[in-house]
Order: sequence, then structure tokens, then C-alpha cells
Amino acid sequence: MSCQLASDSILYANGIYRLVYEIVGVVLPCWVAYAIAGLVFAFILVNAVLLGAAVITWGERRVLGRFQNRVGPNRWGPFGLFQPVADLVKLLTKEDLRPEGSDRVVFSLVPVLMVAPLILMTAVVPFAKNTALASLNVGVLFILAVSSITSVAIFMAGWSSNNRYAMFGAARAVAVLISYEIPVVLSLLGVVMVAASMSLGTIVAAQALPFFLVQPLAFFVFMAGMSAELNRSPFDVAEAESEIIAGYHTEYSGVRFALIQAAEFGGVGVVAAIAATLFLGGWSGPWSEYLGWLWFLIKTGIIVFLFIWFRATYPRLRIDQIMAFSWKFLLPLAMVNLVVVTLEVFLLRGDEGVLTHTDLAIMAAINLAVTAISIAVFGNLIKDRVTFRTRQPQQVVVPGVSTIEVS
Amino acid sequence: MTIRTEPMTVNVGPQHPSTHGVFRVRITFDGEDIVEVEPVFGYLHRGTEKLAEERNYVQVVTLTDRLDYTSSMINNQAYCLAVEKLLGVEPPPRARYLRTLTAELQRIASHLIAVGFFVQELGAFGTPLMYGFRSRERILELFEMLCGARITVSYMRPGGVFADAPRDFWPALNRFLEDFEDEFAEMEQLLLENEILMIRTRGVSPIPPEVAINNSVSGPVLRASGVNWDWRKQEPYDAYDQVEFDVPIGSNWDNYDRFWVRIQEVRQSIRIIKQCIAQIEPGPVRLDLPLVLRPEAGREAYGRVEASKGELGFYLVSDGGISPYRCKIRSPSLINLTVIERLLVGWKLADMIVSLGSIDINMGEVDR
Repeated sequence: MSCQLASDSILYANGIYRLVYEIVGVVLPCWVAYAIAGLVFAFILVNAVLLGAAVITWGERRVLGRFQNRVGPNRWGPFGLFQPVADLVKLLTKEDLRPEGSDRVVFSLVPVLMVAPLILMTAVVPFAKNTALASLNVGVLFILAVSSITSVAIFMAGWSSNNRYAMFGAARAVAVLISYEIPVVLSLLGVVMVAASMSLGTIVAAQALPFFLVQPLAFFVFMAGMSAELNRSPFDVAEAESEIIAGYHTEYSGVRFALIQAAEFGGVGVVAAIAATLFLGGWSGPWSEYLGWLWFLIKTGIIVFLFIWFRATYPRLRIDQIMAFSWKFLLPLAMVNLVVVTLEVFLLRGDEGVLTHTDLAIMAAINLAVTAISIAVFGNLIKDRVTFRTRQPQQVVVPGVSTIEVS
Repeated sequence: MTIRTEPMTVNVGPQHPSTHGVFRVRITFDGEDIVEVEPVFGYLHRGTEKLAEERNYVQVVTLTDRLDYTSSMINNQAYCLAVEKLLGVEPPPRARYLRTLTAELQRIASHLIAVGFFVQELGAFGTPLMYGFRSRERILELFEMLCGARITVSYMRPGGVFADAPRDFWPALNRFLEDFEDEFAEMEQLLLENEILMIRTRGVSPIPPEVAINNSVSGPVLRASGVNWDWRKQEPYDAYDQVEFDVPIGSNWDNYDRFWVRIQEVRQSIRIIKQCIAQIEPGPVRLDLPLVLRPEAGREAYGRVEASKGELGFYLVSDGGISPYRCKIRSPSLINLTVIERLLVGWKLADMIVSLGSIDINMGEVDR
């Protein structure tokens, strides 16, 4: 007797899952097969995220090195590829320090709480055709909801550390994360509207034209917002090294620090994967039946490279400027995108409620113009407001000093 | 319900990535705003002034290297000028040109570090800093050709310089200048008009000229406050009366101006070096002074230069012995630090780091 998944199950579309389930189901009871197949896929996902994080730490250091006229790690393994392993071994052998006066439970819980949402987020990302663990019909909503857990974890880290720098970092992080969630959600609404679905698989299928062309404004807002949510430059106030040492994770060391780092770099990978899925067409490309995973990896790599590029290039903004950037610039842009896309979808949609390739091309043309205009307009509007407390110089003549020249 | 808030005191330093060594400030914050500042220093005190009293006049040169270790050539120069004043001698012209040239190279190296760390503190992760270090490395290699050392050079001696430049120094210097102008133009292009850099530094922490003068501030910080005061112009020493250069003056007195003045001074330094190369002529590089100098008893002298961070002065008193009776060092970093309260109070935590970077302190010099 073999087990069969119900065809309306959210796991049905996943080929790998179904295969394992059916093979195991031949010899074991169905509920055991169900659990084993789930564990197999979860094992793959967890390792994919953590390995991805390791590769990204290596890639970031190599690429940053090239940006900065340096070589970067190149000693261990080919091109220094085993450097993350060496780092991990070093961190695992470190003493596990917990500062005096810290809240033991909360302090220890943080690394787990930082890594878990990332792995959860990958559950709905299709790596290739029909490979999402769960092709949830509310995938986008699920990602947004789960990613918010990180802000709680960061605040817990700052609060429990009993360190003032950590407290600074946590307060900043919460302010930034909450402010940037709103433009990100609004920018994703446009995507959802065009694809007419919240399922990531359907969104990929709807991208006859990649959405970063159809909605450049949404892509811009999403990338800026995600830079802030990941605490990456130029919005990395929460762990601003030159200001508050390491921000919320100042007191973390050893294996806990390793997990936080994994969460940070894994976060870059996962967010890049989501951006590739939502805006760059995910696994679609030539021969996507067989090479879908390759297109997906290439597109994710491009986004990761973009994030590293930002980090190598931009100075950091001040906290008030970051807030102003979110509320006065990104939020209006996301609103403009939402309104324009709503109108376009309303006007262009055919009787079956489907947008054709031509419709998407028309939208792309309009939205490109809207993007240029709105960025220019709102950029000019906030230009003078972002600068904080600018004082006008006064002419001062100092008595007794003849050589003074105030130009 | 009222929410109770209270100010928070944080010890920034002595172990902090951005306090330029072991500087410590006790800062009271109200949220992110600074309400009270209390600088604490002395962690790097090595008793240089006292050590100088136990070494002979030539040996003290090695102590000066370790004051501001990013501009040791200029420290050598200030001390040597003081000893020469004490002795009443003048070094030969070639030595004066060599001193001017190396001091300007050192100024470039020091300003590259200052600008690099300034932008690093703004949060640009390493890139401008590494660009600066790329050029600084070439300068240190030139110093190595001159005297065998890169940082603690001890190249200058009372009465001239330690040795003439080797023959392959001049082509190497020319190659460096050619490359450096491009490299520096690249850096200027990346930084000077950088939007984020400008909104972070424009109008932040201005020091009005009267405050700067009352606090005896000197160097790029003073010039950024709009005061045209440069010892190379006011009281030319060595070959500075033979070369032409401009003194950049800030108009907004803020962090951006302090950064801008340094960038411009690097350009002026290149001008000075080029003129030195054109004007320098063969000749002796060191006066024939006795190995152990014994200035007349009771004489005192104050030698000063425009160092990369401000006015660096050595006040020497002789009692006729082989070592100075008293050696007082007027270090620009320490005196420039006296505006710290004016600089920081009322601004945010993020600005504090940048403002500290903008006055470019060096703890080796502050604590001596």
C-alpha cells in the first residue's frame, strides 16, 4: 500500500517532497513517511541557508577586498573558500561569555530567534520549478510576518546584554526596522497586484517580463528597505562599528556570535533570494525546466553582489536622516507606485483578469517614467529637510587679530 | 502615565574603534543627544619630556618620532629647528630643501590617514581608507629609501639631515607624484561631492573663529574655522619662503570644512614638493657640528613648525650640559582637543565620532 498526497495539499506541488513521501510510504505508515519527508526537506533547507551564509561571508570578504585594493582571504583552500570553516572552528572553540547582570534566558534565546525566521522564510521560496517546501497561497504575507521576528530578537539582544552600546544599537534597530517595514510592504503590494497572487510560485510564473522592469520604483523601495532591515550600509546604524562598537551584538562571543553572524549573512542570501523571486523572475529563464536552479542562483548572486557593492561604497546615514529617508522619501514613493500600478492594472486587465506580455511592456514604459519623475520630485522636496540643524555662518571679526579672513 | 527617562553616561574609549588610540571620553547622553562631555587622557603617557632631559641633543630626535607617529618627519623638523635656534646655526640650503620636501610628503601621508579615518568614521566601510593607505604606502617606501625606516624615521638632525637622498630617490619620487595625482583625483572625485558625506558633515559642529582663537587651536582646524594662520606663511622656516603655495580657508567652520581643508592642503603639498624638486641644488646636507652638542648655558629657544595637525613647538632650555635642561612640547593634538566640549555638546552620538575624527587627534602626541 502506498501513500498519496492529496492534490490540494500545499506540499503537493513539491516534487522532491512528494518523491520522498511516496518512496518511504511504500514500506512505512503514511504519518511516518509524512514526517520523514518533511525532515529531509527541512534538513536540505537549513543546510542550504547556513552554507549559503558561509559562502556569502567568503564572497563578501573577497569582493570587498577587491573594492578596497586588497586581496581578501586567500590562504585556506582554493581562493580562500574554506575561510568560513576556519572562522567557525575558531568561534566554536572560544569561551562562551555571558556578561554579568545580563538576562540569561533572553540572552541565550537571541541567536536562535535570529536564525529561525530566516530558515522559515526559505520554506516558501521556489528554488526551481515546484521545489518550494510549501507553496503557500499567502507566501508574501508569510515572509513579511516571519521577517518581523528579527526586530524582536534584536531588541532582546540589546536589552538583555546589560551593555549601553547594545542598548543604543537595539533602540536604533527597532526604530529603523519598524520604519522600513511600511514602505517594503507597500512596494510588495504592487507586485502582488500585478501577479494577482501572494504565492511566490504564481508570482514567478506571472513574470513574463521581470518585475524590476515592470515596477522599477517598487524594486528601488524594496532594495532600500531591505538594506535597512538587514542592517546593511548605508543604513547600518544598529551595528555601526565606528560608533557603537558592534551595536546589539557587542556582548556576544563564541558560538552565539557565530549564529548571529550566520543570521546576518544568511539574511542577505535569503533576502536576495526573495528579491530575485519577486523582481527578477526567480527560476524562469531559458530551459528553466532543467536549469531553473541555475538561473535562481545567478539572480540571487546578482542581488547579493549589489548589497556588497552598497557596503563598499556608501558612508552611513545618521539615525534622524535614516528616519527621514524612510518616512519622507520611500513611503511617498511606495504610495505613488501603489496608486499608479492600481490604475494600470485596473485599466489594462482583460476580461479574464490576466495581464498579457504587451500589457506588462506598457506598464514598464509608464512606470519607468513615473520612477524617474517621482524620484526627482521627492528627492528635491526633502533635499533641504534631511540636513539636520544647519547653521548659517556669520561674519565674525575678532579684535586684535589682523590676519583673519572669513570668506 | 508618564514615562521616566534619564540621561545615560557612557565611557567612550579607551577601547573603542574610533577614538584614535586610547582616548577616553565620558559622555552623558540624553537619548542620542550629547549633554555632557568629560575627556580623560593620559593612557599613552610615556614621559617624553622627561626622557629628553636624559639624552643628548641628537638622541632626542628619536623620541620625537614617537610623538605623532603619523607625521614623524615634521616632528623631527620642529625639534631640529629648536636646537638650531639654540645653537644659533643655520643648516645648508640643500638640507633645508630636503627637509621641506620630506615634511610635505609626510603631511600628505598624515592627511591621507586623517581623511581616510574621517570617512571611515562616517561609516564607509574601509574603501576610502584603503585608497589613502595605498598612496601612503608609496610615501613610506620613499622614506625607506631616504633613511631605512618607514614610520620612526629620525631623518633630520640638528644642522641638516642625516644623509643626502640616494640617486634613485628622485626618479622614484617623480613616479610617485605622477601616480599620486591620479590616485588622489580619484579620491577627491569619490569624496568631495559625496551626497551622504555632505549631509552628514555640512553644518555639523562648527567652531567659530573667536572660539578657535581663544582655545589656541591651530592647524587645519583653525583654518577651517576661517582664520588664515599658517606658520609656513607667518614665519617661514626651512625653504618655505622660497616656494609658493596657497592656504585653504574654510567658510562654514564645520566638519566638512575641516575635511575639505585637508584635501586642499594635500594639493598644496604636491605643489610645494614639485617646486622643491625644481629648486634643489647639489651641496652639503649637514653642518659640521660636534657629535655632542653643548649649547651655551642659560640659552633658551622655541622652534615651531606647521605640523599636519597644527602648531608643533619645542621649547628647549640649556644649562650648558649635553642634554636639554627642559624640553617642553607644545603638541597641536592636545591643544586642539580643548574645543571638544564646544565640538560635541548638543550633537548626536554619530556626529561625535565624526567630529572627533575631524580634529584628527593622535594619542601619541596628546599624552606624550
